[in-house]
Amino acid sequence: MGIKIGDKPYAERIQAGIDNSFMRQAVSSAQGRFRSGRLKAAEELGDWEDWRTLGEEIRHHTMENLDYYLHQLSEQVEKRGGTVFFAETAEEANAYVQEVAKKKQARKVVKSKSMVTEEIGLNEALQQSGCEVVESDLGEWILQLDEDPPSHIVTPALHKNKEQIRETFANKKGYTKTDQPKELAAFAREQLRKDFPEADLGVTGCNFAVAESGAVTLVTNEGNARMVTSLPDTHIAVMGMERVVPTWEELEVVVSLLTRAAVGQKLTSYITALTGTRLEDETDGPEDFHLVIVDNGRSKILGTEFQSALHCIRCAACINACPVYRHVGGHSYGSIYPGPIGAVLTPLLDGYEDHKDLPYASTLCAACTEACPVKIPLHEHLIRHREIIVEREHMGAKSEEWMMKGFAKWASTPAAYKLSTKMARTAMKPWTKDEQIEKGPGPLKGWTESRDFPAPAKKNFWEWYKQREKRRGEA
Amino acid sequence: MTVHNRTSFLDRVADNLGRERRTDVKPPVYSVKPQDRVFQGATQDELIEKLEVQCQVIHTSFERTVLADLGDSLQNVLASFEGSRKVISAGGPRLDEFGMRGIYEALGKEGFDLRVWNDQEGDVTFAEQAGVGIVFSDITLAESGTVTLFNDTHNGRSISLLPETFIAIIPKSTLVPRMTQAARVIHEQEQQGNPVSSCVSFITGPSNSADIEMNLIVGVHGPVKATYLLVEDL
Repeated sequence: MGIKIGDKPYAERIQAGIDNSFMRQAVSSAQGRFRSGRLKAAEELGDWEDWRTLGEEIRHHTMENLDYYLHQLSEQVEKRGGTVFFAETAEEANAYVQEVAKKKQARKVVKSKSMVTEEIGLNEALQQSGCEVVESDLGEWILQLDEDPPSHIVTPALHKNKEQIRETFANKKGYTKTDQPKELAAFAREQLRKDFPEADLGVTGCNFAVAESGAVTLVTNEGNARMVTSLPDTHIAVMGMERVVPTWEELEVVVSLLTRAAVGQKLTSYITALTGTRLEDETDGPEDFHLVIVDNGRSKILGTEFQSALHCIRCAACINACPVYRHVGGHSYGSIYPGPIGAVLTPLLDGYEDHKDLPYASTLCAACTEACPVKIPLHEHLIRHREIIVEREHMGAKSEEWMMKGFAKWASTPAAYKLSTKMARTAMKPWTKDEQIEKGPGPLKGWTESRDFPAPAKKNFWEWYKQREKRRGEA
Repeated sequence: MTVHNRTSFLDRVADNLGRERRTDVKPPVYSVKPQDRVFQGATQDELIEKLEVQCQVIHTSFERTVLADLGDSLQNVLASFEGSRKVISAGGPRLDEFGMRGIYEALGKEGFDLRVWNDQEGDVTFAEQAGVGIVFSDITLAESGTVTLFNDTHNGRSISLLPETFIAIIPKSTLVPRMTQAARVIHEQEQQGNPVSSCVSFITGPSNSADIEMNLIVGVHGPVKATYLLVEDL
């Protein structure tokens, strides 16, 4: 699939989001529940700010010493019988996994939810190699059957309702029961239970890897990641290179931050730490383990003003707090990473060309920054992106650039400025209703499509000020 | 070689960080330690209370028993499941410490088909068919209601995963405030050169999902029901 989803222009994507009333209602109610869960969890702890400070310090220290910790991690994995592949690009990562699949003569691959494998388009690569790939997270399975991309990091199928899911199950898998979530899930359980023992390869992401021991940790509620890593003979874990922590002591802090910030859980149902291959006297677990560590543009972010974007622990708290996401939904971002963190990260990983609109999909209200459990200054990064887009990349809307140039010239010519402020009210009269402009012409069009603009005042400031001073003198 | 492309990859990382490769890093000193404050100074009995409250949040039944009554208590829990009589249990030294062999023998006479992990071939297949999986918690986290399992030759990963119902026997002595203490044990063992087990499972109640319209569904891939049986062993 790749980081970019679909080719529709930004404005069309936004409009589609706004027009999808089920999705908007679902997103807004989910946001409410996720947010209250997070706030309740923070309140219970009582010292959430200390936790955030610790989270930030851990992530900062790890990024500053990333080469050291990745080296240590790879040494430990090797010591425990695993193979480590460092992949600079998505293509390299995919080619390596394809090679392992070929060696194992793999026909069926079961996967647990993983953003990084979506980012590099691993499923397509495996399918090209002749493998059947089965997503086993309930939400991801629904999306896979429907050939639809995820719209949220934590609940990927948030934009779908149960009637749509029932229809998908009926069309693709011959499901005959009702649209009750319990029945739908029971059907998925029954179907997927057949896939796990048949699979030759289990592919997972990695929430966090522990450098000191070589453990790869998976945070889930459903238990599918345990199936994927217990039953097939080969396990391949794919991780973004930033997802490492120094020791188990840091691991537990970032895991606690993740589960609390995501949905308000103290811990999820399953947190599974897997180290290398199964031992000689063990009878379940994989006998072959591969860890693929992916750069895919991440190292370019190191050493820049955006480095803290790599601190992200993928909890989606920023997404759940964002008023823009609330109105347009995840698909509008055109990236598998939606919301504020997506708007920051996607242009860094995939360039500005296809994603120059994303930093504008924000009100800069800073709710995202406040929600972030590791204190990434998300709204400041968005502002900086905008500056870069306008100044360095010259990619801002042309009309905006001309307008700003025109404004500068006009504002620095006193006579023109004076005249136009006097004329403004008269000029805008045809569009003015009750002191508001609802459908403005020219540069006002974009603004007034989504909100009203106040009509120019009857008097300009200087006229008002002079009159006021005069009245004061008279009094 | 079983590590590929490491040098060029890590050189690029160091280069972008604007320095030479680092071969040594001092353990960091963090400015705050909020994790140590959770339930600080609580007694084992106070931790049991916290655990019991948390069990309601995680849809898990909670029972207390003493060593002498463990067999009866286990029978009651099994009866409450009203399901399959095929049971898979973890093995290891705790079987003897808690008198489980006698208890399992008695259950066998009651018609239960009970197998201890790694006593025979084909345990994974048996676990797939079993209705109940029984494990001993190695470290129990009161705050989150989590049992920690160090999976090994006596304690297969499948026991707590494949059967529809899940019973964790929790020795009172294994209770700690939260994940901090469990992580510290593993960290200290690592430092002493005792490597962590190939799979550490932190399990908090039955499996669940909220993927369909945010409705909580209990039991998606893993167990549908869970019971914690706390045993006074102190």
